[in-house]
Amino acid sequence: MQEDITVYVENPAGAREAVPVPTDMGLSLMEALKAHEFNIQATCGGMALCATCHVELLESPELPEPSDDELYMLENLPDQRPGSRLSCQIKVTPELDGAVLRVMADFE
Amino acid sequence: MSTVTTDICIIGAGPVGLFAVFEAGLLKMKCHVIDALPQVGGQLSEIYPKKPIYDIPGFPTILAGDLIKNQMDQIAPFHATFTLGERVETLDKQEDGSFKVTTSEGTEVFCKVVVIAGGLGSFEPRKPAIDNLTNYEGGKGVNYMILDPEYYRGKRVVLAGGGDSALDWAIFLADIAEELTLVHRGTTFRGAPESAAKVASLAEEGHMRLLLKSNVTEVHGEGQLNAVTVVPDGGEAFQIETDYFIPLFGLVPKLGPLENWGLELEKSAIVVNTFDYSTNIPGVYAIGDINTYPGKLKLILCGYHEAALMAQSAYSIINPDKKFVLKYTTVNGVPTM
Ligand SMILES: Cc1cc2nc3c(=O)[nH]c(=O)nc-3n(C[C@H](O)[C@H](O)[C@H](O)COP(=O)(O)OP(=O)(O)OC[C@H]3O[C@@H](n4cnc5c(N)ncnc54)[C@H](O)[C@@H]3O)c2cc1C
Ligand code: FES
Repeated sequence: MQEDITVYVENPAGAREAVPVPTDMGLSLMEALKAHEFNIQATCGGMALCATCHVELLESPELPEPSDDELYMLENLPDQRPGSRLSCQIKVTPELDGAVLRVMADFE
Repeated sequence: MSTVTTDICIIGAGPVGLFAVFEAGLLKMKCHVIDALPQVGGQLSEIYPKKPIYDIPGFPTILAGDLIKNQMDQIAPFHATFTLGERVETLDKQEDGSFKVTTSEGTEVFCKVVVIAGGLGSFEPRKPAIDNLTNYEGGKGVNYMILDPEYYRGKRVVLAGGGDSALDWAIFLADIAEELTLVHRGTTFRGAPESAAKVASLAEEGHMRLLLKSNVTEVHGEGQLNAVTVVPDGGEAFQIETDYFIPLFGLVPKLGPLENWGLELEKSAIVVNTFDYSTNIPGVYAIGDINTYPGKLKLILCGYHEAALMAQSAYSIINPDKKFVLKYTTVNGVPTM
């Protein structure tokens, strides 16, 4: 069985919280963050339609390229940053271990 | 400003609010429905009108937009009235136990029962993080929706955004505005390819200005907007004189004013009694995605069930002297009002 990985969520004050996430449940990063009660509405349930799961990856491994649907949503966000991603479109895999991110709803 | 008097005021014109009109109508109660969006249908019209839904009884599959259209046909006999494009701001209990509901535009609804079918809250424009932006809202140059394009005839307009609505309005306003600029942070448009091509050709022909890889970062003016600052990626900031700045970055749901009405809340949802979906304020019900109780499922079907039980309970408030007797529509048909 696969071990948990840890991602770090940076709050607006700059503090980082370690969040353990299982890799063997096929979760998306959005689902994992929501389960830990971060400020993510995920209105569309992970269909890349609402962007309420927007995160900024500050430090992360190479991830698969965003799909056209994800890019379309991201391009329309007023607060898009270079590391912006929709967390619902990122699968939790062992490679994600150690990633550092911000939940953008906290920075609005 | 308008005033409406009705039996039930329904806040939210999503599928559940619309079904509440039907259930209330069967019991001959009059409804007025208010929604912050300019169209009915809630999440189904705003987020996924073209997606098929598979779990509506009797419809193996139905497009979200068609379900809403059918619901509007289904409630037609009951002549509900609607206030669209206005957000409900306040709920005031009157001395006689009835309510006054007031909207952002000052519409007042007097009613005996309030049904909150507000879903995830009201959809509000996603605003860019620009200092002082809000100082220019409310007729002072910054708008987030285009309600009547004629309003911009002969005016200078700066639009921002790269989605379908930014493209569609750019095409529309190119003919109407005296001067039009579209500012987009990206280099490509992933919206409808025909619209993107049309915007590019309008820009080439000089009917509008297109600024790609650029951001509006500041707004300026004494009381009334007169310019915006644009910063191109890696370039020098410059100003554009303009009468209007319209950021079009989509909508996000916000619980908003409901939070201050004294309702018992749990994680941004209204706590209800599953006997009749009443809230802690007598005469106020909450149905659909906005409520919470043990075992709650945020499904259309569940909201419909809640609407049916709510209507029976509301009947006894509106008709305190009459006894409620359940009649099947198959026996009596659908009454008209
Ligand atoms: C992508 C997606 C797919 C889905 N698929 C399904 C599915 O297949 N089956 C299913 O059963 N469910 C599905 N759902 C869930 C379903 O859409 C919701 O359960 C349903 O929309 C809830 O209906 P509602 O009427 O309670 O709220 P909503 O549809 O959210 O409508 C609420 C309305 O209230 C308005 N409002 C809120 N506050 C105010 C205020 N203060 N003033 C004025 N207006 C206000 C809002 O503007 C909104 O229009 C899906 C949801 C999404 C996002
Ligand atoms: S949950 Fe809606 S875009 Fe990710």
